[in-house]
Amino acid sequence: MTRSTAQPKQTRAKPSKAKPQTEATPTDAAFDAAAAAYEQAGDMFQLITPDGTVTGAGELPDPETRLRLYHQMRRARHFDERGWVLYRQGRLGVFPPFGGMEASQVGTAAALSADDWLFPTYRDTGAALTLGLPIARTLAYWRTSPHGWAMPENLKVLPFYIPIATQYPHAVGAALAEKRKGTKNVAMAYIGDGGSSEGDFHEALNFAGALEAPCVFILQNNGWAISVPTRTQTKATNLSRRAEGYGIPGVRVDGNDVLATYHVTREAVERARRGEGPTLIETVTYRVKPHTVADDPSRYRTDADNEGWDAKDPVLRLRTHLLSEGIMTEESEAALLKEVADEFEAALQEADAYPDPEPAEILDHVFAEPTPQLRRQREQILSEEKA
Amino acid sequence: MTATASKTETKTMTMVAAINDALDLALAADDAVHIFGEDVGVMGGVFRATDGLQAKYGVDRVFDTPLAEAAIVGMGIGMGLAGLKPVAEIQFAGFLYPALDQVLSHLGRYRHRTRSRYHLPMVVRAPYGGGVHTPEQHADSPEAILAHTPGIKVVIPSTPADAKGLLLSAINDPDPVFFFEAIKLYRSVKEDVPVGDYRIPLGQARVVTEGDDVTVICYGGMVEVAQKAAAAAQSAGIGVEVIDLRTLVPLDTDTILASVQKTGRAVVVTEAPRTGGFHSEISAVIAEEAIEFLRAPIVRVTGFDAPYPPFTAVEDVYRPNAVRVAKAIKSVMGY
Ligand SMILES: Cc1ncc(C[n+]2csc(CCOP(=O)(O)OP(=O)(O)O)c2C)c(N)n1
Repeated sequence: MTRSTAQPKQTRAKPSKAKPQTEATPTDAAFDAAAAAYEQAGDMFQLITPDGTVTGAGELPDPETRLRLYHQMRRARHFDERGWVLYRQGRLGVFPPFGGMEASQVGTAAALSADDWLFPTYRDTGAALTLGLPIARTLAYWRTSPHGWAMPENLKVLPFYIPIATQYPHAVGAALAEKRKGTKNVAMAYIGDGGSSEGDFHEALNFAGALEAPCVFILQNNGWAISVPTRTQTKATNLSRRAEGYGIPGVRVDGNDVLATYHVTREAVERARRGEGPTLIETVTYRVKPHTVADDPSRYRTDADNEGWDAKDPVLRLRTHLLSEGIMTEESEAALLKEVADEFEAALQEADAYPDPEPAEILDHVFAEPTPQLRRQREQILSEEKA
Repeated sequence: MTATASKTETKTMTMVAAINDALDLALAADDAVHIFGEDVGVMGGVFRATDGLQAKYGVDRVFDTPLAEAAIVGMGIGMGLAGLKPVAEIQFAGFLYPALDQVLSHLGRYRHRTRSRYHLPMVVRAPYGGGVHTPEQHADSPEAILAHTPGIKVVIPSTPADAKGLLLSAINDPDPVFFFEAIKLYRSVKEDVPVGDYRIPLGQARVVTEGDDVTVICYGGMVEVAQKAAAAAQSAGIGVEVIDLRTLVPLDTDTILASVQKTGRAVVVTEAPRTGGFHSEISAVIAEEAIEFLRAPIVRVTGFDAPYPPFTAVEDVYRPNAVRVAKAIKSVMGY
């Protein structure tokens, strides 16, 4: 969804009010408003501005959905904030924070249904929680407990991917499998701006296009790959345009506007379900926090880099909107925040109760049936334990 | 080898500082040397091995690349073909895998496939190994994959002075060298390191401790573990000769065999998975060349045939410790 006026000839994602470039008579007020909104947002799709103003670039989801998205963003932010405290207390391991990227993760994952696939990177705790990964399991993962590796049977979410970009081809395969099985299910995979330099990213986009796989690729452009800013990573300034090279639609969206990320992702998901193939969505956001809780960003970036991003806070932006629209009151918000906090504390207790693994467990799950070698190695561990 | 250190001016350094020192000297000595990889420039590397080098030598000589290991190694191959001396960093050895096509298809065989018309004086540095509670895939020990690839040298230092001397040799070697740095050792040990250009030839093992009863063969992160076990055995009256290989390719079989011929017993220690590891190669060399000297079967102390566990609570079960090595020493003594 790059600006229509600038690229009149491009074939893009199929029609919707939010994509005026595909409309036959682009003369109505909605188009003008959208064009103005694109202009203002610097080439990206946006539904509400940082101060909560509705841009009119597209239809807003119903109030109930907006409230649900707010709830999910609060759950995600609560995890991130409590996570820092728990880390400092030694109750959580090193984890990559995502605070400030809630709209990018929640809005996209909320567009899926429980039968769809989710391939998250290590930074996508917020997305995984939104699809339904239990908080206790997620805590366990970042506590380096095997309980965080056991994925719930009722969800098709994979453990957070640590190697960069490897998940993209997996999503293509899962999507293709759903297509072969005749379902309407889709696969969604996340990647960072840095990850989009890897070969796997490009190969996956090409495969997905050529094979018309029902895939939605989320490229979270948060400005940094550890210490490397996007401008050092690539000469490209609009990563959604990479889709063009593979013949698939590319959409650029304000990654701090949850209504916008939700809107464009839902469209991409529906396209995929209709059998119209993959979409690449670039969510333009910012990694306000360090790369991991143990990282020191003062080595590579200045306060000037961070400037302006607090004002674009995705959670506060929707909050302003909901309060001004009367969809939420200060009182109803207080109740929501309490619910979020209570849910987290209950999950923390559950995670605290997970036992530490037994030493021999490191040999479990290598094969369906342990090899003779693994059996012998298990005996070795057990006998060493006794000694 | 390090004995020469006493004759020259030295400075106390950690291993990461010694590596930085070697890179600094190499950049200063030869304009062809270029350092690149993920986060090596502005940040100075996630472990700070390249700290300050970009500021000193400029962004043309020390630079951040996009995040793509295949292109890092592939580009380095092109640089090497065209006469530069590329020194690439792969952020963690466990993230070398995307680049394996370039390594296996090209890096190792360029000299061979051009009958020495071209050669690749490239160094790839990669932190490896466990013991520091890292996330999934950050603690892998893939050295056997490289050692099994013809045309590639494999270096794994275990001390600051060795790291400096070996790295300078690697950078000045005409052929591709993989240089694995044990994460556990980066800052845990300090020692006197010779100032200035200081080289340790590739292919010479180091006898760490001398002893008459058992030879313990190890490298990298396992050397300090073996030393602890040897000290314990020593106090029980068992003489342990600890050999730090320093380079897997070329392998110093002379030092290994001379020691085993003296002791008649061999324990081989690595933290890599058990099946098909480099430890098996060492065991085979001993079996082929010195079986008549053996008084007990060769024993391997290794990781397990499972992915390295990122589970803090049980990580130490996977990675060999002094207790396991000491047990192996006892078992070959009691055979
Ligand atoms: C194949 C591979 N190479 C290197 C790394 C080390 N690493 C971890 S995160 C990271 C930066 C990723 O940046 P980006 O893709 O932009 O995602 P972000 O962390 O900003 O969400 C790097 C280089 C890795 N995990 N995998």
